[in-house]
Amino acid sequence: MAASNESSLLFDAPGPKAQKRIRIINWVAGIVFAIILVLIIMRLHNPPDGENQLSWELWKPALDGEAWSDFYLPGLYATLRATLLAVIGSVVFGLVFGIGRLIPNVIVRGICGVVIEFCRAVPVLIMMIFFWRAFAFINLPSPSYWSVVLSLILYNGSVVAELVRSGVGNLPNGQHEAAVALGLTRTQSLMNVEVPQAIYAMLPAAVTQLVVVLKDTALGSIIMYTDLLQESRRLGSMYFDILQTLVVAAVIYFIVCWLLSRLAEWLPAHMQKRTMAPVENEAVAPIAIMDPSNVNQIAVAREERPLGGTQRTYHVHHRGTNASIHNWRRTRYAQGYDETQPDSQIVHHAPRANQYGPGTEHHHHPHLPHKDKGGQSAK
Amino acid sequence: MSDFLSLFQTYNVPAAFLVNLELTFWSLIFSAILGIILVLMRISPISSLRHVASWYVELFKNMPLTIIMVFMVLGAFAQLKLKFSDNFDTNFFWLAVVGLSLYTAAFVCEALRSGINTVPLGQAEAARALGLNFMQSATLIIMPQAIRGSVAPLGNTLIALLKNTTVAAAASVATETSSLMSEMIEFRPDVIIQIFLIFAFGYVILIIPIGILTTFLSNKLAVRR
Repeated sequence: MAASNESSLLFDAPGPKAQKRIRIINWVAGIVFAIILVLIIMRLHNPPDGENQLSWELWKPALDGEAWSDFYLPGLYATLRATLLAVIGSVVFGLVFGIGRLIPNVIVRGICGVVIEFCRAVPVLIMMIFFWRAFAFINLPSPSYWSVVLSLILYNGSVVAELVRSGVGNLPNGQHEAAVALGLTRTQSLMNVEVPQAIYAMLPAAVTQLVVVLKDTALGSIIMYTDLLQESRRLGSMYFDILQTLVVAAVIYFIVCWLLSRLAEWLPAHMQKRTMAPVENEAVAPIAIMDPSNVNQIAVAREERPLGGTQRTYHVHHRGTNASIHNWRRTRYAQGYDETQPDSQIVHHAPRANQYGPGTEHHHHPHLPHKDKGGQSAK
Repeated sequence: MSDFLSLFQTYNVPAAFLVNLELTFWSLIFSAILGIILVLMRISPISSLRHVASWYVELFKNMPLTIIMVFMVLGAFAQLKLKFSDNFDTNFFWLAVVGLSLYTAAFVCEALRSGINTVPLGQAEAARALGLNFMQSATLIIMPQAIRGSVAPLGNTLIALLKNTTVAAAASVATETSSLMSEMIEFRPDVIIQIFLIFAFGYVILIIPIGILTTFLSNKLAVRR
């Protein structure tokens, strides 16, 4: 998450009295957390009719060289192998279906839409179990590996497809208009101008999605894929120290995912110069059917107020979310539109076009109804 | 068609979906409570509370749910003897609820926090200029707007939670959908595609209304700026 405004939002810089109070509460809270930690350690040390979970007898087989060379590292390799292939596959799948959902042909668009919405709604585990059994049925070698990869491609590919679509939806209209003015067709403009910029805009969110892929490979252990989790369970069942081996595996998962999350936070600033669309590191796209998101509202809240604090009538960027995007070419500037406020209503007449300041784009679509319900106006 | 009928007659598919819905319901309640506590800690002026809450969120956001579920059964239950009931099924059910709640609470916290980010700074500054203190500006000015802004991510979290209840299979909950699906495929491998379609469309049917409702509510409640 990029810099957030919540701390400055809720309280002022504390004065001497408040500082004293904060110090006292800090101490109390610290003691409470210490007590909770001690209680957990006591439970680990002496569980009711169980053995001491902190004893070196149990931790040693979970941490020695053999455990690493025979279990954790091969497991981590299997996890990363499935993750890498699934990521490559889901980017390909996402590009194909995401572009398919944007091209002018209605039939192609419809098919791509149905496929994406279906893949997004079905739980990954349900897909994994199905493909696992189906692949075993047709005698495919290593069915669990291919099942993990294919299920993750279908789910995460559909998320990437939505990222492509929202990346294109977020572009200023001028990009498309300039491309058409140069004589490109709609499809050419999409492929040569809009999609390449959308890819840069979605990259940080795609890295965030990589964390989801890596986490979801652990589902493979349910269908007997020998990933890190499965290997740590096998090691643990040999020495009856599953708790300890699971803790080690959890630490490994955490470190890898955490590093990827940091990368996703670092990327947006570096991608912004290559695209006109706003770059986000959170996957703006949608976990499930028709879901909206509040990125628009967050973006509006963060906007600078150049006119002495007055709210802008028109916002700098419109983030195309899944909810507002069905009509993405036409509803782009609906954000900031409020039917109760005549001031904020978008005027679609050409003469006002030159009044918009730099950075605000608008479109003049003479047939766009003022109350554009279809486009979920004013998202 | 007759395949579908015979499958529905032999196996109680709705009952399995009901187990998932029960898991969702209880996890929703507990994760909402924990998530609200976490977000309150996270926005408070007390730095130790803020740090603990953000560690919690980082930890669970970067941890696979499957390992949490396996840990609940093989670690917390088998080795730490954490027990909710003497009945195995009820016990595993509640262990799964605990695992799901701990995991989902981190996402509920993030959703609520992103709701707070939809409130422009000027709102809080105006509240302070009027002389409202921390609690007053939080409860009267910020939170009412923040909750409206967090409807959409909360809906997403709910949908993700519903889908995640299938992972309860890793916590030995044997009556829920993914376990029933495995069992059905084992006994009727000839109709594997029909079995998959039953469960897949079951989830599509459950999730579409939640998605529509979330979209509708978040548009209806959004603060127009």
